[in-house]
Order: sequence, then C-alpha cells, then structure tokens
Amino acid sequence: MRLSRTARVALRAATWAVLGLLYLPLLLVFILSFNSARSLAWPPRGFTTHWWATFLDVESARAALWSSGRIAFVAMALAVVLGTMLSFALQRHDFFGKAPISLLAALPIALPGIVTGVALRNTFVRFGWDLGFLSVVAGHATFCIVVAHNNVVARLRRISPNLREASADLGATPRQTFGLVTWPLIRSAVFAGAILAFALSFDEVVVTTFTAGAGTSTLPQWILNNFSRPNVLPYVTVVATLMLVVSLPVAWLAQRLSEGSRD
Amino acid sequence: MLAPPLAWLLVVYVGSLVLLVAGAFFSLDEFTGKVTSQTTLSNLDEAFTEPAYWSLVARSIGVAALVTAICLAIALPVAFYVAKIAGPRAKRALIVAMLLPLWSGYLVKAFGLRAIVEPGSGGRDGGLLASLTGWSPGFGYPAVIATLAYLWFPYMLLAVHAGFERLPDTLVDASSDLGAGSLRTFRSVIVPVLVPSIAAGSIFTFSLSLGDYITVKIVGGTAQMIGNIIERALLAPNQPLAAAFTLWPIGIMVAYLWTMGRLGAFENL
Repeated sequence: MRLSRTARVALRAATWAVLGLLYLPLLLVFILSFNSARSLAWPPRGFTTHWWATFLDVESARAALWSSGRIAFVAMALAVVLGTMLSFALQRHDFFGKAPISLLAALPIALPGIVTGVALRNTFVRFGWDLGFLSVVAGHATFCIVVAHNNVVARLRRISPNLREASADLGATPRQTFGLVTWPLIRSAVFAGAILAFALSFDEVVVTTFTAGAGTSTLPQWILNNFSRPNVLPYVTVVATLMLVVSLPVAWLAQRLSEGSRD
Repeated sequence: MLAPPLAWLLVVYVGSLVLLVAGAFFSLDEFTGKVTSQTTLSNLDEAFTEPAYWSLVARSIGVAALVTAICLAIALPVAFYVAKIAGPRAKRALIVAMLLPLWSGYLVKAFGLRAIVEPGSGGRDGGLLASLTGWSPGFGYPAVIATLAYLWFPYMLLAVHAGFERLPDTLVDASSDLGAGSLRTFRSVIVPVLVPSIAAGSIFTFSLSLGDYITVKIVGGTAQMIGNIIERALLAPNQPLAAAFTLWPIGIMVAYLWTMGRLGAFENL
C-alpha cells in the first residue's frame, strides 16, 4: 500500500507505544512485589524478597490458590467436552434453529458478567443448591464453553470435508475416521481451548463472587478482599505477579497451539 | 452431539435468565428477608422510576460508550499498522503480544492501574503517575474509564484487525488513484468495510464496561455504576430488587446487540 514515510513512521511509533502501555501496569505490579514498603507508592522504598519467601505462609492465600486450581480444572474439563460437542454439531449439520443457537453460544460472554452471576445465583438459591465449589464450577463452565467452542469451531471450519469422505471411501468406520483423521487435526485446537478456558476460570471474579458461598474463596476474590488492606498489600502484589507469570506463558502456548495447523 | 451442550446453555443459562426476570416480580418479606410467593410491581417501580437510578444508568452508558470510543480510536491506527504495514513476522508477534494481556488477569491489570493512578493522600506518597508528573486523576470516573479501556482494548484491536485483513490494499490504492485524499479514502472506503468488525469489537468493550463493578471498586473511589447497585441490592439481601436492576443492563444489551447485529456484527464475532 502506498503511504508516506512520515505516516509509516508515526503509525509504527504509535503501535509500539501502545504495546508498551499495555505491559506497563503488569511490569509495575511485578516490580512492586519486591517493594520493601507496604504501599503502591512510586518509587519503591527498597528491594526485598521477603513477601515472595513468605506468601505461602498466608493461610487464606494458600487456600484460595488451591480452590482456584480445583475450580478451574473441573470447569475446564466440562467446558471442553460440551464446547467441542457443540462445535461438531454446529459445524457439520445444517438444521432449523442453527443461527439462534450460534448466537446463544456467544451470549454468556456478550452479556455482562454480573447478569450471568446474579441469574445463576438466583437459580441456585431458588432450588436450594448450596453455594460453593459446585455452583462456582457451573458458573465458570457456562462461559468457558464459549471459549472452547470458539477454538474448536474455528479449526473445524478450516478442515476440508473431503478428508472425512476420503477416509470413509477407504473403508474407515466413523469411529476410525474420528480417531485417525479428525482428532489429530483438531487436537491442538482442543488443547488451546482447554488452556484458555482454564485461564479464564482461574482469573474470573464477577460470576465467582455471586455463585460462591461464604466458604469458597478463589485467588481473584482473595485479591479483591485484600487490595485495600495495607498489611496484606505486599502479598497481593506477589499473588498478582504469580498469576501473571503463570498465565502469560500459558496463554502464549495456547496461541501457538491454535495457530498450529495453519502452517 | 448437540443435546448435552444445548441442554446446558438452555437449561442452566437461559433458564436462569428467565427465572431472573421472573424473580423481579416477587416481593420480599420484610421481617424474614426471604422472597415470598406474592407478586408485586414495586421492585420494577423502584428500579425504573427513581430519577437517581436513571442518572446512574445514564452515567454507566456514558462510561461504556466512552470506553468503546477510546478503544476504537486507539485500535484503528494500531490495527492498520499491524495489518497493512508490518512485515509478516512482526505482524504475528505484534498480534500475540497485544492479545496476551487479555489472559493475564483482570484483577492484576486493574490493580496495576491502581498503582499508576494512586493519588497519594494523607502524607502517603502517590503512585507512578503522581510521582513522575506531579499529577494524577486520582480515584474516580476518569480512572475507571482509563482502566476499562485498558482492560478491553485487545478485544477491539482483534476485531478491527480482522476487518483490515479483509480490506484489499488495491481498494485503498484505487481510491487514491481516483483522486481521493487520505481522509476521504478513510471515510468512503475503509470505514464502510470496517463497520461490521467495529460493531463486533464494540459488543465486548461496551458490554464488559457496562456491567463492570469491580474496576469501579478498585479505582473508582466514590464512583458508582449499575453493577454496584445490583451488588448492593443483592447483599442487602434483596434478590428481587437486584433482579429488577439487572433488567437495565439486559435491556440495554439486547438493544445494543440488536443494533450491532443490523450492522453485521455477528458474521464477525
């Protein structure tokens, strides 16, 4: 495309500036987790690894980490199974009502989280189900299905139907075709969807707040409950940084996996 | 194949939404604090006729619209650069680098923004911005808008970038060959092609901002949005009133989704 040199340079500079701004707050949290002062003030008072060395002694943070991990794992498993099934159904067949179902599959992330949260809480309370581990998992799975579905359906669209037909022509049963042809092609997309679903659940706070009972606390909720308490503040920066250093490489891996078969 | 996921989405999700709307019509027993089986219009009356709530809803819509506008204004030049100017290797790296923060944790990012705008009062030192420039917007609506724009920007970028990818370079070149200046080309060639993508991206930036109440808690100071009154009603606990309040975001989002659908957003999600 024809474009003046000035315009190119300006756009390039703007892009890198925006990229820098995107990572600045993350970098700041990372740096502040080594701050010896119990505040968010800049510049940091001094360097210490004390908070990192002792954050596991904070009982409530450890419990939150454990329950976050368990919830994300179960929600991910549910979402991947249901989301993949949905992708196959929507991709392979044309049927009455397909368009509304596609819209329905986007709804849990298109409606504000607080609506989903309040609606699910209302239902659970109405039917007398205890708010706790299972209700949070159900809430998370509802929007995680969408992520898993999006990843798999995008891959399925790129796979030629000829491959399945060729496999059938060569005498393979549907089961063999799935195992030998379809599954190897979609595998990386399913894993990518699983990773993203896990990350999404691990990070979610709004639906969690409304579907968790008094006894269940996830890591994001722990941050939310403690960010304004000066005594715990350094541990909040440590936990936040920990979530960063876990999630960034994992999300990068998911990106690579979902691009996978394009090359 | 279709039955289990559809059952989940319909029964658990849509069923809950229907129950939620229905729940707004039930009254609360003032002594026990439990929802009774008596129907009433008083919750809707309170949520929809109180002028104080109107201005709160209007403010929430204003915040969501501003966030969307800011995200769009930044995403347009950046997505243009990434899609049309950057080399293939740089393009992929840039896209991944801009999307990664999306998965890095909502609270971590909101908390990072708090560390930037922390005004520093009562003898305490300020955050990064106050310390480097001597000025900070402090906690309030400007900080809420900046934080929400920061949080949801990648969604808009991704959508606009996909739109630019679909725009053939030759179309832009043809426009300038026919004598159009860059502004005219932008208005008459680029924008019409991008509209469905922008609409798709704006669904995320608008919806996620509209319902937000956590960012408001972290960097909002005394600011209030729809989400905050829903939460307050719920914790009161007054489930029917909270349900009545959620009709605001549901109604606004249905209208918004419908409008964006008309603009072709759903072919681009």
